[in-house]
Formats: sequence, structure tokens, C-alpha cells
Amino acid sequence: MSAPGKIALEARNLTKRFAGLVSVDQVSFQLVEGEILGLIGPNGAGKTTLVNMISGTLRPSGGELYFEGQRIDQLQPYRRAHLGIARTFQVMKPFPGLSALENVAVGALFGTGGGEKSKQRAREKAREWLEFTGLSRRIEAQADALGGPDRKRLEFAKALAMEPRLLLLDEVMAGLNAVEVDEVVDLIKKIRDRGVTILVIEHVIKAIRSLSDRVLVLHHGENIAEGDPVSVLEDPRVVEAYLGKRRG
Amino acid sequence: MTDTVLKIEKLTAGYGAIPVLVDLDLEIRAGEIVALVGSNGAGKTTLLRAISRVIKAGGTIEFQGTDILPLTPEAVFSRGLVQVPEGRQLFGHMTVEENLAMGAFRRTDKPGVAGSLSYVYELFPILAERRRQLAGNMSGGEQQMCAMARALMADPKLLMVDEMSLGLAPVIVDQLLDVLADIRARGVTVLLVEQDVFAAFSVADRAYVMETGKIIREGKVSELKDDPAVREAYLGA
Repeated sequence: MSAPGKIALEARNLTKRFAGLVSVDQVSFQLVEGEILGLIGPNGAGKTTLVNMISGTLRPSGGELYFEGQRIDQLQPYRRAHLGIARTFQVMKPFPGLSALENVAVGALFGTGGGEKSKQRAREKAREWLEFTGLSRRIEAQADALGGPDRKRLEFAKALAMEPRLLLLDEVMAGLNAVEVDEVVDLIKKIRDRGVTILVIEHVIKAIRSLSDRVLVLHHGENIAEGDPVSVLEDPRVVEAYLGKRRG
Repeated sequence: MTDTVLKIEKLTAGYGAIPVLVDLDLEIRAGEIVALVGSNGAGKTTLLRAISRVIKAGGTIEFQGTDILPLTPEAVFSRGLVQVPEGRQLFGHMTVEENLAMGAFRRTDKPGVAGSLSYVYELFPILAERRRQLAGNMSGGEQQMCAMARALMADPKLLMVDEMSLGLAPVIVDQLLDVLADIRARGVTVLLVEQDVFAAFSVADRAYVMETGKIIREGKVSELKDDPAVREAYLGA
């Protein structure tokens, strides 16, 4: 955006095969520090697989991945979390028996730099992040008693308590109505304003348009378009493969 | 009178002692696509569950002129009141074709079932290609198609679709909206529950707007689109 910033994340020819099926095919891209990159593409295009390779739950079949200059593609997920990478899940995964506060405290205990050492301090941090995400009124609620939008806020708070420098958001807006989407868009902007670099996978195009500095489009595992949101969302190949006729 | 497929009056339903729906009225006429929209937690899924007779309810629910309140979910399903549940709920370790067969398991008219199968394969050619594939291994869009196809295999008179667009690429949502228009043209009435109000309004004739267990607005989509309260609450800035 402004002056050419430092590269937070770089993927070089990243590839993932599952039993002969190529899910992600030699994808290369860079994320600049403080940037929001929107990742879109049809269902089955390989977006979540890409996020899984960045967070470390999947090892790439080929290619390389660098975070702040350090090669990370062979590191265990917890090592990547210590380096400052956190994610949310498409299917939200709270610890059901724990309260909202305890769920977020777990994030604080396992985050960047190895996490908070004191449980007391982790709980204090959790409280702060629940406030930041607008969930302070449900601090003591059991995680599984939270409704849709509040569960999303919890998912955010859990990831943020890890104090990430790179946050991977996998379809956090699915199931929200237009007004709730606007609230989450504001929350993501607030997170970026704290200097966090963000990769956001989303099908809600309105959100992609208003959030992304750049957009990357995956189709059949390949990068088919990349650039500023306006030109990418007008690209005929993107309209054809992904956006469809109703809204371009 | 005969035109009415579903008639709900003074419906009360909920979980345990907590009522979610109180005195709710709703009517769907043959051949309509009716959208049901509202915030998370408004009670939309509870309403579907009450209509499907999965949860206890009080009041009146008439389906094609019959009081279905005392009926079991299976009996209601056999009469052609079929739901496509939120989150697809496919049998992930069964093939596409086995999932489709499950949709028809209450039917005894073999030629009719065969006809439905060729119809759904015509609607969703990708499912024909993947008929031997495990349903759980398909993409989200393909799974939603499979869930809709499975419901169509039951030969529904009223199809209730819960959160059809959830997690799907816009181009897939377009395809599924076209499918709804197609099945309506074949005489199936549709109740569509959607968070994506734009998508729902693009295909529906009428809509009901729910908030905290009550219907707060109803009318033609062409009118609701311009209702300031609906615009502010559901269509966003």
C-alpha cells in the first residue's frame, strides 16, 4: 500500500497432492506486513488447503514457505504459532466444556514467543481480547452455549490472544447476515490497525471488496488472478469461474 | 383454500420450558418460493424443526389441508414435506448415489424413483459424474447439490431449504438459485431460509422477516426490498 513494506509471508511454488489429486498447484504469492490479502475461489479450489499448509496442519508436497524470512514449511504447527502465526477455523472449534474466558486464555498460553507463562496473566489477557472482540458480556458463558455471531467473535478472540503477527481467517463470515458482516469487517480493520498482517478467505464479496488491499484467486489449485480488488473482481476469468452473473 | 400448501396459526414451539416461537402465523401457497429471513437466533431453524415435527409444538400446522401436528417426522416426510438441513448433513461415508437412494427410501413407486434420479442428474450433472464417489470427499458446493438432490429424491411437495448458500462460492449460489426456480416450475413449493437476503430475494415471490421468535414483516419481495426497516436490518449499508 504505502512504502514497499517488509515481506511477512512468501509462498514459492507451493504444492499439495492428495493421492494423486493436485489440490494446490505451484502457487506463489507474497504478503506484505500490515496488508490484508483476500483469497477467493470456487469451493474445492484449494483455499483451505493453502491455509492448512501455512498454519502447519498439512505439509506441502512441494515448494517453500517463508515467514519473516525464515523457512517454515517443515515446522510443526505449534512452532509456527510461537513465531506469530494464528488462524481461525471454518467450522468453529471452541473447547465446548470451557467458558469463553478459558477458551481465550488457552490461546494466550500457547501464542507468539511461546505464550504467556502465568495462568493469571493469561486470564487477564483473555478478558482484554474478549472486550476487543465485543464479547465481554459473555465472559463466563460456556463456549457451546454461544450463538453463531458470538461464536465467531470467540474464534477471533482465541486467535488474537496468541498475539499473532499473521492472522489467517478461514470463512469467518459464513452464516452472517449483511449487518453482522459489516460488524466483522470493522473488527478485521481494527485488528489490521494494530499492525497484524491478515489473509482472509471469504465468499462474501462485499467484505472482500471493502477489506482487501489485494485479492488472489485460486481455481483448480492454481493462481488465476491477483491484484487490487476492483480489477480482479472485474476480470472475466474470475467472473466466469467464481463470481457468476448476479453480482460482479 | 385448496391453493394453500402450508398454513400455520398461533404456533408455539421451543426447547424444554423455553418457548422460541410464540403465536406465529405463516402461509405458503402452491407454487410459491417463500423466503424466511432474520438474524441469527431469530428462530428460523426452530420454525423449520417445528414444521418437520422434530420438536414439540402447539397451535395449528396444516399441510395440504391435513393437521400434521400429531404426526411423526417420518409421516410428514412421506407426505412430501422435506427439509434440506443446514450444513448438508450428508452420509459422508456413503457414495453420492447411495445418499440419493436414502432420499427415496420411503417411496415404493420404482419407476417414479428412477425418474427422479434421472431428473436430479440432469439438474446436477456433476453428481452423475461423481455418483460412485464418497459424498464426504466432495467440495462444499457439490455437497450442497447432493443434499438438495437427496431431498428431491423424496418427491417433495414442499421443499424447505435451510441456509443453502452457507460457505458457497457466488457462482454456485447462482446455480442453486436457478435450480430452485426450475423445481418450482415443476410444481414444487419452496420455503427458503437464508442469511444471504440478497440471494433469497432474487428468487423468492414473498418473504417473512423474523425477529426474536416473531414475524415482524411479511409481503411481496418487491415491496420488502424497499422497506427501510428491512433494508437497514438485513441488507446493510
